[in-house]
Amino acid sequence: MKRRPPIYGLLAEFDNPTDLVAAAQSVHDYGYKKMDAYSPYPIEELHEAMGMHGNKLPLLVLCGGILGGLGGYFMQYWMSVIDYPILIGGRPLHSWPSFIPITFEMTVLGAALTAVFGMLALNGLPMPYHPVFNVPSFALASRDRFFICIEAADAKFDQDATRRFLETLKPRFIAEVPH
Amino acid sequence: MDNLTNTKTSLAEPDKPPIIEPGHTFGSVSDKIGSFVLTHRTPRGWWVGFGIGFIGVMLLGQTLANLLLQGTGIWGVTNPVGWGFDIINFVWWIGIGHAGTLISAILLLLRQEWRTSINRFAEAMTLFAVACAAMYPLFHTGRPWLAFYWLFPYPNTMGIWPQFRSPLMWDVFAVSTYGTVSLLFWFVGLIPDLATLRDRSRKRIPRFIFGLLAMGWRGSARHWSRYETAYLLLAGLSTPLVLSVHTIVSFDFAVGVIPGWHATIFPPYFVAGAIFAGFAMVLILAIPIRAFYRLEDFITMRHLDNMAKIILVTGLIVSYGYTMEVFFGWYSANPYESFMILNRMKGPYATIYWLLIACNVLAPQAFWFKSMRSSIPALFIVSVIVSFGMWFERFIIVVTSLHRDFLPSSWGMYYPTRWDFGMFFGTIGLFISLLFLFLRFLPMISIFEMRTILPQAEVKEVK
Repeated sequence: MKRRPPIYGLLAEFDNPTDLVAAAQSVHDYGYKKMDAYSPYPIEELHEAMGMHGNKLPLLVLCGGILGGLGGYFMQYWMSVIDYPILIGGRPLHSWPSFIPITFEMTVLGAALTAVFGMLALNGLPMPYHPVFNVPSFALASRDRFFICIEAADAKFDQDATRRFLETLKPRFIAEVPH
Repeated sequence: MDNLTNTKTSLAEPDKPPIIEPGHTFGSVSDKIGSFVLTHRTPRGWWVGFGIGFIGVMLLGQTLANLLLQGTGIWGVTNPVGWGFDIINFVWWIGIGHAGTLISAILLLLRQEWRTSINRFAEAMTLFAVACAAMYPLFHTGRPWLAFYWLFPYPNTMGIWPQFRSPLMWDVFAVSTYGTVSLLFWFVGLIPDLATLRDRSRKRIPRFIFGLLAMGWRGSARHWSRYETAYLLLAGLSTPLVLSVHTIVSFDFAVGVIPGWHATIFPPYFVAGAIFAGFAMVLILAIPIRAFYRLEDFITMRHLDNMAKIILVTGLIVSYGYTMEVFFGWYSANPYESFMILNRMKGPYATIYWLLIACNVLAPQAFWFKSMRSSIPALFIVSVIVSFGMWFERFIIVVTSLHRDFLPSSWGMYYPTRWDFGMFFGTIGLFISLLFLFLRFLPMISIFEMRTILPQAEVKEVK
């Protein structure tokens, strides 16, 4: 079994989004893979700086919507045509136009549920414990501070070298993140 | 939500009032909005408002208890008017809810970043309005504990299924989907703010509750990326959803053959009416909240002005609907249709019809004038008038068409009873109570989205 690194990683704090994006770019260019940036609001430039390209969510939502729609339609078909047919004035049992509104609603419901629960699942939420919260000032990540964390699990991580590298990015301070 | 680049241009527009007053920082925005929740002192005005609402909740409890004990006979509904206050109030509440979704979804897709400070409480308004609306059809069934298998395809020992060809079933699916998606949309928007409150609160219990609800949100860039995708997709899904909900509500009428209901104009006319009523309600709520919590720097005159313009536009669409109803009455050459419209204008409910025209057609014309759009009393009064007008509209649609349809032998009159009013005022009380609870315990303005519209949120060009 691989030995667990003594710390989770190194956390650098910045006080504005421009510095954060520049720092994230440097960290990414330097070749660190297991790193993350934290900000109090979404920053589009950050995604590019960290080399992130799209995500799987839209595809999942499309599948959720299609499943919801098909499920909705065939639920109505099965219930109204096969399991409980009621003949009223010789009207067709498979009266598809009247099944459309519910099919539409079920499509939206399937897609919306997938969007929310898919987003949470891909993000690994709910997560009751995460080491970055062990750094007291990290509480400001949800207010007005910006952070970058390089994880000790990264192949290039070396406690002293990484700290020296982070210092070149001129953060407010650098903290060790205990487990 | 990627309105970063967009925001800068609009903030720089010279002759328009700003969407957030200058001088705010990330910290001040977070602290100001968070302070309403995290303070241990509940303002006295809050108790007064919540108390008024709670009186309504107790009235609602009494009305519903009596209704369940005695049955729907305590209401004024009887033949020929089987849809009285229940359907009027159902449609009225659902319509009010639509503005919340419009603000949060459609204005987001249209990159109207001024929506940012009003979307959270407008979404809350949607949820509470849908909750009030859903009670009416549920209790109109008379035996709501049986409604489960009447309304939902629930496998039961009798081996029967609901009738999916009925617009009433479409309604059940539309409203329950709408309620669910609105709740999800609202909750997803709240997650980062709940994390802010978790990190700011000093006491154990609030921190525990906010921590539980925030689910460990830590603002990671990888999370934000998926979060923004999910939020945008939800907005994209809510937009056709909100249009479909009121369309389906209008099908409750339009699929029937009753004169005055069987009209192709109903879906767009209902949707516009819903937005019209909804924005009026947003103004009715926003104006006192803004004054009470001193939010003039977040909900600026620009917001009120824009909402007044939307009320004017949708008011014109609704007026077009009324005109077309009259035109169809004449042009259809159908004696029942033309009788229906003349009966509305001159029959026993003519007063309500003309009140409706005065409230919905004439009153919003005031918003052509800038002086009216920038006067807070005028905005408030016109919004109240519009809310009444939209209630009259639903009354006219439901009652006048039913009380005199094809055969004069089956004509009758509809008179609501005190229990009808009891339930109506009761749901208003429930709405007010829920809204006050929301204002006290959750951030009423989206904190993280307010951060994005600050000038310092911009990432400057590096070197």
